Amino acid sequence: MSVTVNHTPSPALPPPSRVMAGGPLGWVRANLLNGPINAAVTLLLAYLVVRYAISFIDWAFIHAIWEVPNDRFGRPDTALCRDNKGIGACWAVIGEKHRFILFGTYPYEEHWRPAIVCVLFIALYIVSAMRRFWRKELVLVWVATLTIIGILMWGGVFGLSYVPQERWGGLPITLILATFGLAFAFPLAILVALGRRSRLPAIKALCVLYVELIRGVPLISLLFMASVMFPLFLPEGMNIDKLLRAQVAIILFAGAYLAEVVRAGLQALPKGQYEAADALGLSYWQKTGFIILPQALRLVIPPLVNTFIGFFKDTSLVLIIGIFDLLTAAKTSIIEPQWQGFAVEVYVTVGLIYFIFCFAMSKYSAGLEAELNRHRVR
Amino acid sequence: MSQTTSDPRYGLKPPKRPMRISWSDERFRGIVWQVVVVAIVAAIFWWLWSNTVRNLEVRRIASGWGFLGREAGLPIAESVIPYDPTNTYLRALTVGVLNTLKVAIIGVVLATVLGTVLGVLRLSKNWLVSRFVGAYVEVVRDLPLLLQLLFWYAVLQGLPGPRQAVNPATGVFLSNRGLKLPWFEWLDAHSWALLACVIGIVLTLIWRKKALARQMADGQPRRVWPVALLLCIGAPLAVWAAQGAPFSPDIPYLRGFNFQGGLTVSPEFFALLVGLTLYTAGFICEIVRAGILAVHQGQWEAAGALGLPRGRIMRLVVLPQALRVIIPPMTSQFLNLTKNSSLAVAIGYQDIVSIANTTLNQTGQAIEGIAAIMLVYLTISLSISLFMNWYNTRIALVER
Repeated sequence: MSVTVNHTPSPALPPPSRVMAGGPLGWVRANLLNGPINAAVTLLLAYLVVRYAISFIDWAFIHAIWEVPNDRFGRPDTALCRDNKGIGACWAVIGEKHRFILFGTYPYEEHWRPAIVCVLFIALYIVSAMRRFWRKELVLVWVATLTIIGILMWGGVFGLSYVPQERWGGLPITLILATFGLAFAFPLAILVALGRRSRLPAIKALCVLYVELIRGVPLISLLFMASVMFPLFLPEGMNIDKLLRAQVAIILFAGAYLAEVVRAGLQALPKGQYEAADALGLSYWQKTGFIILPQALRLVIPPLVNTFIGFFKDTSLVLIIGIFDLLTAAKTSIIEPQWQGFAVEVYVTVGLIYFIFCFAMSKYSAGLEAELNRHRVR
Repeated sequence: MSQTTSDPRYGLKPPKRPMRISWSDERFRGIVWQVVVVAIVAAIFWWLWSNTVRNLEVRRIASGWGFLGREAGLPIAESVIPYDPTNTYLRALTVGVLNTLKVAIIGVVLATVLGTVLGVLRLSKNWLVSRFVGAYVEVVRDLPLLLQLLFWYAVLQGLPGPRQAVNPATGVFLSNRGLKLPWFEWLDAHSWALLACVIGIVLTLIWRKKALARQMADGQPRRVWPVALLLCIGAPLAVWAAQGAPFSPDIPYLRGFNFQGGLTVSPEFFALLVGLTLYTAGFICEIVRAGILAVHQGQWEAAGALGLPRGRIMRLVVLPQALRVIIPPMTSQFLNLTKNSSLAVAIGYQDIVSIANTTLNQTGQAIEGIAAIMLVYLTISLSISLFMNWYNTRIALVER
């Protein structure tokens, strides 16, 4: 038996088709139409997207009603909108109610004050987001801005008329709850996170108990606690208004969640940093303040921003205990009989406001993450 | 190495120094700090407690759980167990807990399925599909859940009445009264068949384990699905047929101004379920995506080199490894969904929060009402955590 080995090489195959590469057509082929199943999925999805986009544009713009005439009592006459229901949106409700949705029952002539407050808040966020301004002076900027905001909202000085807190409402309330909530929850969270990693058993136990209890129950139960149970806790004659009580509940709630984020940062720090600080003979607070926290917080900035987004959204829960934030104002604005049934338009508009804030934060967080991780990318 | 371990001093702690009563002793400082903190916390709680006791006396609010045995007199629209307003508060609260569990369990299942599918689609090579899912996730995650719930509720209320109900299939009606589905009359035979099905699933799992063990021994793969089909579908059908295969369909129909018969999904429940599912699915999608991306590219390549097709690589190689990354954040999403179901109170679905809230308004016993809510959620949270921790240790990497 002899084995013959074929030594003639088989002819080379032709190179793969180059049609797939380059040019917009090539991109479409590579990303949308590779294979029959993918092509079918693309076409189906494209059809659905286009179809619903067209009907949405139809509803929101083409057949929409932007203004309604007044009836003989001087009230807006929404009969036109009612006939148009399901065909076109009735944006007249926004035109009529936008001041109420944004500022609630704040005195109408004084609306410029909450408007400036909103602008100040947004400016504060933008300044705080810039890494150039991450210095100690930023704390002073915060204190100053929040003081100005307080003066503008309450008034009573500098010739501004006094506006009691019960009349505040709308977007400023949402921004106040979110901003003050985080401004106080953050230091609390750092203390609790440090306490949870402490070697002192009693302090550790207290912190664990606090974090786990708060994280185990929904925010609503805390808000209920603030609104119905808290008055029982105080001595007679001592009264704290409802907004402040809700604010305390939000601070306690946010504190527990942020504490877990901060703790993750503390844990992620290499042990050598702690040991090196000890070896230098630094005291506990020197070690924490100069060595540990600056590094640990830097590690967790992206998840911190994500938690901030969560709390910004969660402030809307105060609706349930009847505090007049943006969402409550929106819900209340359509209570009048002639505007009933136009909830979708109002919710879409308010949703857009929430979306702009949250989307900006989420894009910022993603960008920051990329920037902070740049040294890791090879 | 051996030198160190054989050293008799290895592993010994430094000798304990007696504590000095001095501020410069670290241990003494520690004890002082703890005493101070505990004393402050205890003082605050004592102060709050004594205020509360005095306030309760002044306002003549009874305390204790005695009200649980009294007649509730509060109507509940939908309930899993039989209930009417003459029942006790305890029963009303139980109905609330069951309603919470109902929406949470169905929501968790639906959100997991939808979120996983979306997470896989987000990584699709098809640009349109992945962008579409990405846009969905961004929108859903950047809007408050409460707003979404109110929106869905408003949309459902804006639907036409029963007479002009949307009727996509026979017996399915979508109107402002909620969703109507065809159902059938539930008889004993069905309960037995359901039991047979559960037993079948358990037996299938045991069979699968044995088949895998034998495959490990001799390398021969064994088919599990015929057995699974027989045990999970065949056996229940046989049980049902043995009792005469009773089946009486209950298809909803329009009579007068409303529907008769069929299975009703109330608008409140429907809006809550849709809102919770869509919202949580957005978060689960990102978790699944991150989990799959966390599996090293080399795993794909190695499995591909073994000749496995893409679907099998996903199922046999990537997903089991991705699960280890996915499970812990998934647990917190399940907990979030359960806690978020408390927003039901805003759209009028009567869950535990809503019923406890009504109870505390009727009886004035705020402390007990809120304690009941917290107790229920703490129990649920703890159970989910324990179960997921057990599951997590089960699938965790077995390291040598």
